[in-house]
Amino acid sequence: MPPIPTGPDRHEWTRRALLQAGAASGAMASEFLPSMRDPSTVQTTSSEPAPAAITAPVTLRVNGEEHRLVLDTRTSLLDALREHLHLTGAKKGCDHGQCGACTVLLNGRRVNSCLTLAVMLAGDEIGTIEGLGTSGQLHPLQAAFIARDGFQCGYCTPGQICSAVGMLGELRENWPSHVTKDVADETIAATDPEIRERMSGNICRCSAYTNILAAIRDVMDGTER
Amino acid sequence: MRPFTIERAATAREAAASVAATPGARFIAGGTNLLDLMKLQIETPRHLVDISRLPLNRIEELRNGSLRIGALVSNSDLAADRRVRRRYPLLAQALLAGASPQLRNRATVGGNLLQRTRCFYFYDTSMPCNKRTPGAGCAAIGGYNRMHAILGASDSCVATHPSDMAVAMAALGASVETVTPEGMTRSVPIGELYRPPGSTPHIETTLAAGELITAVLLPSPPPGRQLYRKVRDRASYAFALVSAAVLLDVAGGEIGSARIALGGLAPKPWRSLVAEDAVLGRAPRDETFAAAANAAVQQAHGHGQVDFKIRLTRRLLAVSLAAASGLMRS
Repeated sequence: MPPIPTGPDRHEWTRRALLQAGAASGAMASEFLPSMRDPSTVQTTSSEPAPAAITAPVTLRVNGEEHRLVLDTRTSLLDALREHLHLTGAKKGCDHGQCGACTVLLNGRRVNSCLTLAVMLAGDEIGTIEGLGTSGQLHPLQAAFIARDGFQCGYCTPGQICSAVGMLGELRENWPSHVTKDVADETIAATDPEIRERMSGNICRCSAYTNILAAIRDVMDGTER
Repeated sequence: MRPFTIERAATAREAAASVAATPGARFIAGGTNLLDLMKLQIETPRHLVDISRLPLNRIEELRNGSLRIGALVSNSDLAADRRVRRRYPLLAQALLAGASPQLRNRATVGGNLLQRTRCFYFYDTSMPCNKRTPGAGCAAIGGYNRMHAILGASDSCVATHPSDMAVAMAALGASVETVTPEGMTRSVPIGELYRPPGSTPHIETTLAAGELITAVLLPSPPPGRQLYRKVRDRASYAFALVSAAVLLDVAGGEIGSARIALGGLAPKPWRSLVAEDAVLGRAPRDETFAAAANAAVQQAHGHGQVDFKIRLTRRLLAVSLAAASGLMRS
């Protein structure tokens, strides 16, 4: 099988790679949190040297544009977008697929970019909030979030909007959800409980949920203000 | 995260051979569980074999009425499939009760079956865990264990298998198709896929090193009503405290066929043959369902905080059976 060419490349160190290597060795944790870690149970020791990064080339297609990159194989799609392509719309919340702030569109479907390896995405179409609209020409969901005050701090908003774009596509295809009464139904009514359930992968710590629902509702009903 | 090399597999057989031959190698497809664990250094592979582009993403109906589901079919594609929704609605319900839409878009069928436990102590590398570090001890026994197992656990480990999908598949009598590193194929009934934890909870399945799941085979469903019910701490996007997958057929005033599997309470999706036996041939009445629910947890025991699951399971199963029988509106 054709392997993706890889190899240690000490000249490609980035700030993130250094941070990751530091965290990987356990040095940062044991320096700053000595009382939190019981030495008898810690599995990684701080004396371990930082392992050399391994890089691989990948061409990412983001918002219709191709980018040739050489990335540490550990780089998530989220970090590739933010740190390498400087597309900082997708946000790092939990970095473990729990909050949805990093949601982007992968071949039209919403995914957690923090739990996706960038080097696996050659040939895929990646869509981010930057590709949905511009400040001069907002995407209808962006306009609706503003009109309905669908946020407070705004940190979760790019993920909420990318997620809502993906959700509208899933509804158009009549995918059922956990709250659908009969999953065998051919057409799914887009009720408020359906939208709430379908947006449950996006957490809003300011709890703007009511207004987020109203914004999405406006776009679905074609009644954007 | 530890550095790793990565290759894209050309065939399932080559992928299996590569993982078997490379020390510290793992398969990666959706990556939603593996990458999470790699970030925490609970999983530390040196090499990843990317199987995500293998042609294992089809759902096909076989001549004998079975459904073969490729191991790389996403959880969301499987839940949205019309054949699944019509013929195996409890599988669609189980899938839709798990994770979030974003995760389901990425997570695969094979990966879902092989995902690791969400035991807090397995996730906390500062605590002892026999699953993570064989012989280290178990912090959950005597610890904060309200999410843990009441059936099938051992003195070494009380972790649960977190999948909803697998519970539905256990009720449906699914089997798993694999390819070995030698290129042989075999079929494993889902009940034999998971090893009891015993004193080696770090060995979770009966698969050989490098053996790759290529598909799940669902036989034609038995007649009757199907349903999947899940009790959890939040209304959405949370792992099960307890779940029940039930298929029940009532004909001529008695229960002609029954399938019962339970989730969230054992180290594997827990098919309850004793509960099935307790309803077969009986009238669909509350007394029958209560007897089945009691039978299901007869061997159960708690570890303190998790004790409530015994009563919860009994009540969930009784009410699920009543709903599936038509005695009660679901």
